[in-house]
Parts: sequence; structure tokens; C-alpha cells
Amino acid sequence: MKEFLLIALGVLVFVVIFQIAKASEYVSVLKGEEKTRRQNNKINAFLLLGLLIFGLIGVWYCNELYYPKTLFPQGSASIEGESLDTMFMITVAVTGAVFILTQILLFWFAFKYQEKDNTKAYYFAHSTKLELVWTTIPAITLCILVAFGLKAWFKITGDAPKDAIVVEVTGHQFGWEFRYPGSDKVLGKKNYKLTKGANSLGVDFDDPASMDDIHVSGTMHIPVGKPVKMVINAQDVIHDVGLPHFRLKMDAVPGIPTTQWFTPKYTTEEMKTKTGNPNFTYEISCDQMCGKGHFSMRGIIIVESEAEYRKWLATQKAEYFTIYPDREPKADTVKSNVISAILPK
Amino acid sequence: MSSAATLHGADVHAGHDAHHEHHHHETFITKYVFSQDHKMIAKQFLVTGIIWAIIGGLFSVIFRLQLGYPESTFPWLEDFLGHWAKGGKLDPEFYYALVTMHGTILVFFVLTAGLSGTFANFLIPLQIGARDMASPMLNMLSYWFFFTASIIMFSSLFVQTGPASGGWTIYPPLSALGDASSGSKIGMDLWLVAMAMFIVSSLLGGLNYISTILNLRTKGMSMTRLPLTIWALFFTAVLGVLSFPVLLSGAILLLFDRNLGTSFFLSDIVIQGKILPNEGGSAILFQHLFWFLGHPEVYIILLPAMGMSSEIISVNSRKPIFGYMAMVGSLFAIAILAFLVWAHHMFVTGLNPFLGSVFVLLTLLIAVPSAIKVFNWLTTLWRGSIRFTPGMLFAIGFVSLFISGGLTGIFLGNSALDLHLHDTYFVIAHFHIVMGVASFFGMFAGVYHWFPKMFGRYLNNTMAYIHFWVTIVGAYLIFWPMHYEGLAGMPRRYYDFSNWESFKQFGELNQFISFISMIVFAVQLLFVFNFFYSMYKGRKVTTQNPWGANTLEWTTPVNPGHGNWPGEIPEVYRGAYDYAKDGHEFIPQNVPVGDDETHH
Repeated sequence: MKEFLLIALGVLVFVVIFQIAKASEYVSVLKGEEKTRRQNNKINAFLLLGLLIFGLIGVWYCNELYYPKTLFPQGSASIEGESLDTMFMITVAVTGAVFILTQILLFWFAFKYQEKDNTKAYYFAHSTKLELVWTTIPAITLCILVAFGLKAWFKITGDAPKDAIVVEVTGHQFGWEFRYPGSDKVLGKKNYKLTKGANSLGVDFDDPASMDDIHVSGTMHIPVGKPVKMVINAQDVIHDVGLPHFRLKMDAVPGIPTTQWFTPKYTTEEMKTKTGNPNFTYEISCDQMCGKGHFSMRGIIIVESEAEYRKWLATQKAEYFTIYPDREPKADTVKSNVISAILPK
Repeated sequence: MSSAATLHGADVHAGHDAHHEHHHHETFITKYVFSQDHKMIAKQFLVTGIIWAIIGGLFSVIFRLQLGYPESTFPWLEDFLGHWAKGGKLDPEFYYALVTMHGTILVFFVLTAGLSGTFANFLIPLQIGARDMASPMLNMLSYWFFFTASIIMFSSLFVQTGPASGGWTIYPPLSALGDASSGSKIGMDLWLVAMAMFIVSSLLGGLNYISTILNLRTKGMSMTRLPLTIWALFFTAVLGVLSFPVLLSGAILLLFDRNLGTSFFLSDIVIQGKILPNEGGSAILFQHLFWFLGHPEVYIILLPAMGMSSEIISVNSRKPIFGYMAMVGSLFAIAILAFLVWAHHMFVTGLNPFLGSVFVLLTLLIAVPSAIKVFNWLTTLWRGSIRFTPGMLFAIGFVSLFISGGLTGIFLGNSALDLHLHDTYFVIAHFHIVMGVASFFGMFAGVYHWFPKMFGRYLNNTMAYIHFWVTIVGAYLIFWPMHYEGLAGMPRRYYDFSNWESFKQFGELNQFISFISMIVFAVQLLFVFNFFYSMYKGRKVTTQNPWGANTLEWTTPVNPGHGNWPGEIPEVYRGAYDYAKDGHEFIPQNVPVGDDETHH
């Protein structure tokens, strides 16, 4: 019923606009078309000036309202993201200045040089000097921006530090899996053809390196202040590990592993205080369309102190033993053995 | 060259007079359906484009309902979407189908075929002084391939598993595997076949536009006297002819992967517990093939809008376009660079960082010719005597939007910033403003400006002004705030954000955007109404040259017949932009150079 009323209202508005539009055409014939045209010209020139003024106020107001809701006021949660934030601000300053200047010129010229009775257009067909000015200035400015950008780009995409913690991230419809290499610091081999039942990642358990590997779903734990290197792949379609707080993104492509590394600056708890949001969580968003559950492909990262991280790691059971429970060492000896096997020396 | 063109022109003319008698006995079918008159084919493209634009726009309104009101249900949706909206709640699968079809329709069917198809067909012969296209038959086929593509694409909306739903970029493996998504079943095959037809259509059209511009210019119409619209349409056609075949190859390889068991794009896949035998393919290869068209495609959409806006701004400022040669040169630079930047869509695919850096440099270089164009437009307005016809308002709006959307490209083209902004709402804001809305503004400017030439009647001014003002304000209200959502990392193509701690703070804003989008859509319907109403009932054009323009199309009769000029084709003596020169308000191109004229 509500929808019907809305449609009826819409149609009514249409009819009214149409009648006014038709009537205004008759009026213009009566008043003289030239006179009407000049009147319309004035009105539109004023409106363009209004668009400029209210537009700029709107830009400012929009910034007041929504800038606090972006991730920039809280700063980058990774060390690598800091240079990106600086670069972002430089780019905002440069493009912002150009935006304001050109929009003002555009609408001001439109208003100022509207058709008037006693002025004529000025013949001005070209000027090599002016054109050189607005070729070289943008070219130089852009070179500076490119230089800043590439410096950050090569730093972020460069090799991860040797002591980085390695975590393998695997995307599938519609969730994230994480694999830690265990005490030997080597991830066991994988072969997608071995994917079956509980061995959901296709790990090759004949490879000794795989026997201490830990597999967890949905939530990734990492220690604060240490570089983390993600080895990223996907099982079915292309996904993307989106880490907005850390200013990073990397596709997960079936068949082609990618890597990405970063150093988290704040623990999840610290971020809760920093943002004043008790529910704060680092989230992994899938940023590459991957099917109907794309929007729900949410992963969580818990950044914690190194001690907490080690404690968490110690409670995790190697995937090998989950799949082959009968091969697990028995009873009392278990706990200490497993822990000493897993903890990095 | 020019003498050959003249000879040819005379030939066509002589032959045409003999033909002319036959055309008087044209049947409805030969005149309105299988017409070979470039003007009628242009109108066919335009009307088909308008129908597609309504469908594509309506889809965005429906998926904006979901984004703006994720908690609500709309029982009436179930009435016409059936099982795709059970209980009035849009199914996620269908949401993605709508997003995919919205992109496909607007990028290809409206802003490529609807824009280039309409204005290249309509303006090239009229503005260069030719009786018709070089090959009217191919031209007709171009429309009918487009029509066939339209029918196939439209029919995919009605298959049981739904239309393609993997995004307009159809990245495999998602688009290659029926198990990955229900839209990747028969809907995807139809999508690929329709696109193949579409590409054939655009190749036939493009070859025709290029050969017409190069060979059929009237006497005196040297390349440097061409109106900027023609230059823009020329580069557009070159871009299309060189890049569409690459997408065609990608589409065919994808069809093979889907139906013949090949592995061009597939490797190491486990889906729904099934281990696929495909090995050795590369999913990234498809992205290279796609974006090798995909990026030039952006300029295929944008250049005609630039060309038409240049023309309309000059005519209505009553001033020559500032820096004609620089305008042509910057179009040329953009066309070249358009081929060298495609991988900036792929910065986060694991691309070699060094390769990425080359693409950063080339991408940001595009800002230089773009800046030249903007400042030249501004200087054209400076000290003009500006008439705000609806066409002129849309052309000014185009410049404003091109600036706003172009500048955000400087963020995205810089790979390090792209790491944060890639595939977020910032990207949506960027490309909707710079290529979506801006190109639509160019297209509207063109329709308002050339409607009198197309139909011998004017569009209603009051409705036109309402259309302009609501659209420009609405477009900024919709897309400007989206930049902020992108800065918060909010990803594109999400059906619902309410479970995300990082993104759920924008609920109210999303509702606002959805609300505005409905108003803007309604105003576009007002334009469509104005279009069809004025076609039959609009005020009649009484003068040959209502805007006081210099170009040749305004030397034809108010309602030009097939062949355009009843007598000789006029000879051209000057460039298209002699406004305000030597005390004359304007000097059409067919007026010989007087002895007293200064040479600038």
C-alpha cells in the first residue's frame, strides 16, 4: 500500500512538472523567446555560482562528518602503512589545491562571463606560453608524487625481514585458513590433489616438515612489533586478503602463491583504548568478488604481546596429530613434548 | 588526398541523385528498421541505448535498496523477482547478478554502443561533409549485431540459474566454474556470447568510422580543420579496433575453459570438495587480456564525451576552443597512454613490483594531457559570452565531474596508495564520477545540442533544466561521500556490511545515498519522457542553424534526407572554431576566407 502511494505520488509530481514545463513554453512564446532565453541564462548563471559555493561548503561539511569515521585519524596499525598515510596526506594537499582552484575558475568564469548585452566574446585561440605552463607544472608535480609513491611501494613490496614470522593464509568460499610452520619454521609441502576430508588444505603429511604445522580457521594470532610474512593462496576462486587497518591488500590466487609482509604496531587491546571502541577487532575483508558469500568472508586478526602469542601457540595441536590421532605420543609425556616441539627455541 | 576525397564525394553525390527517387518509395522496413542511412542508424543506437540505460539504472536502484535498507523487506520485490527476492529480501546471488549486469550494461551497452554508436554515426558524415558512411551496409550490420547482442544479454536475465554474477570484469575461476556460483552457469555463457556479438558490432562500426573520417572528408576539410568531436570519435574508434579483439580472444578462451575442458585460466583448484584436473593455467592471464581492453574502454567511453563537450563549450561561449592543436595532441596522448596502463588495475594481484612501478609512472602521466584539456576548457570560458543552453550546462557539468573524478585517479594510480584503496568504495566513487556520470553528462550534452538536428524539434527547456540541476547535485551527493567509505576500507561488492565492526558505521550514509539515487533515477525518467515527447510534440526548429555554430551539420536542411545535402556538399575554407573573429560573431566553415581577415 505504501509503495502504491509512493508511486502515485511520483506520477503526480511528474504530471505537475510536465504541465509546468509545457506552460512555460507557451509563456515564453508570449513574452518573446529571446527575452525568456536571456532570463533563463541569468538564472542558470546564478545557480552555477550557487552550486560552487554550496558545493564547497558541502565538501567541507562532508569532511567534518565522515573523516572521523575513516581509518586515517587512528593512524596506520602497521609500521609500513605509516609512509602510506604520509603520502596520502601529500596527495590530498596537492589534488585538493587543484580541485578548489579549477572548480572555482570553472564556475566563476561561467558566472562572470555569462552573455550580457554590451559585451562580446574575446577572440583568444591559443597561447603556446600558457599551454607550456600547464603542461610542465602538472608534469613536475606528478613526478614528485610518483617518486614518493614508488619509494613506499618498493619498501612495502620488498623482501620480508629474515626473522619474520611466517603464516600461510588460504582463502576459500567463504572463509580463511591459517597455517603456522611450527618449531622447524618450515611449512610442509602441499599438493591440492591431496585435499580430502579432514586434510582440507591438501597438506602432504609425508613431508616431515608438515608434522609440526598448525592449522587454525578464521582467526589469525600474531605478536605485536614483529614482522609477519603472509604466504597467500586460494583453493577455488580468486580472493583477496584485505587488511584495512594495516593499509594492505593482496590477492589470493589459485595456483599462484603471493606474499605480503607487515609489522603490527598495536595489539588488539591497545586499539580498543586508542579508538575508544570496546568491540574493536582487526578484520580481514575479502576484497575480490568471490561469489554469493563474498560479503561474509570475514577473518579476524588478534594482535597480542609476544608472551600471549607464545602461550596461544603452545595450546595449539599440530594438524598432523588431529588427522592421525593414533600417532600422537601418549599421556603424561604429551604436554611437555608437544610444547617443546612447537615453541621456537 | 583532398582531391581524391572530392572526386569520391562527387561520385557519391552523382550516384546519389539517381538513387534519390527510390528513397521516396522507402517502406517502413527500409526506412526505420533495416535502414542504411547513418542518421537513422544513429537514432537506433540512441533509442536502444536509452532502453538499456533505464534497465541498468533500475538495477542499481534495486541493489541500492539492499545497501541502504539491509534490515527491511520489500514484499513487492517478490512480486516481480520471484524466488530471487523471497519474502521481499533480495537474494545475495541475485544482488551480485544485478551488480554485474548494471556494470556490463552501462559500460558496454550504454556508454560504448549508446554513446559512440549514436554520435559517431550521426556526426561523422554530417560534420566532415559526407553523404553517408564509407560502408552503409557494414554500418547497418553493426547495429544489428548490437541488437542481437542486446537480445542475448537480455534473455540471460530470465534463465533459471540467473544472469552472470561474477562482476562485469568476469574474472575466472569464478566465472569459469559453474560450481563457484549459480551465475557462472548458463548465464555466463550467454554473457560471453552476447559480448562476442557486441565486439563484432563495435569492430564493424569502428572500422567504418575510421575509414569514413580518413577518406570521405569534403573538399577543404583537412585533418586540422576537423571539429574536435570528430577527432575524439576518431581516436575512440582506433582504441576500440585495437583493443576489443583482445577481449574477444579472452572471452573465447574462457568459453573453451568453461565448455571444452581446456585450462587457459585454471590451475590447482578444489571447489566444493571436488578436485579439478586443470593444471598450468593462469587466472591472472585473463586479467591481462581483460584490462588490455578494459582500460582503453574507459577512454572509449570518455573521449566522445570530451570531444562533444569541447564543441559545445566553444559554440556556447561564442569563442574559439582554446588551443585546438593542444586539444588534438592531448587526445592523441591519452589514446596512446590508454594502451600502456592496464596493469594499474592489477597492483594487488602479486604483480612484479618493478613492473608495477612502470605502470605507476605511465598511469600518472595521463594526468598531464588531462590537465591540458581542463585548463584549455577553462580558458575557452574565460571572457566568453556564455549561453547556458541545456547542452552547455551539461558540458560544464562534464568538466566539473571530470576534474573531481580525475583527481582521485592520482590516488589510485599510485600503487602504494592503491594497496589501501583498491576495490573499496573509493574506487566506486572515482570511476563513477569520472567515467560514469561524466560520460553521461557528455552524452546528455550531445543529445540536447544535436536533438534539433536529429528530429527537427527542440527538447523542452524547463524539463531539461530540472534534469540538469537534479542530476548534478544528486550525482555529487551520491558519489562524493563514497570516498570516505573507501578511506575506511569499505570493500566494493558487499551485499551487507552489518556484521563488520570496521564498516558498519556507515549505515545511515548508505541509506542517504540510496534515497538520493532513487530521486536521480526518477529525474532520468523525466529526461526519457522529454525525449520521446519532444520527438513528436516538441517546439519545431525554424532556422537552419539554431545555435549559431560553425560546423557543417548546420548547413543541411532542418530535416536532412538520406544524403544530407540536397545539392552540392559545401566546401570548407577554415577550421571549425572561428567565433568572435574580426568582429564576426561566428564564421561557418563553408564561408570563404575574406580579404580583410587576419591570420592568427
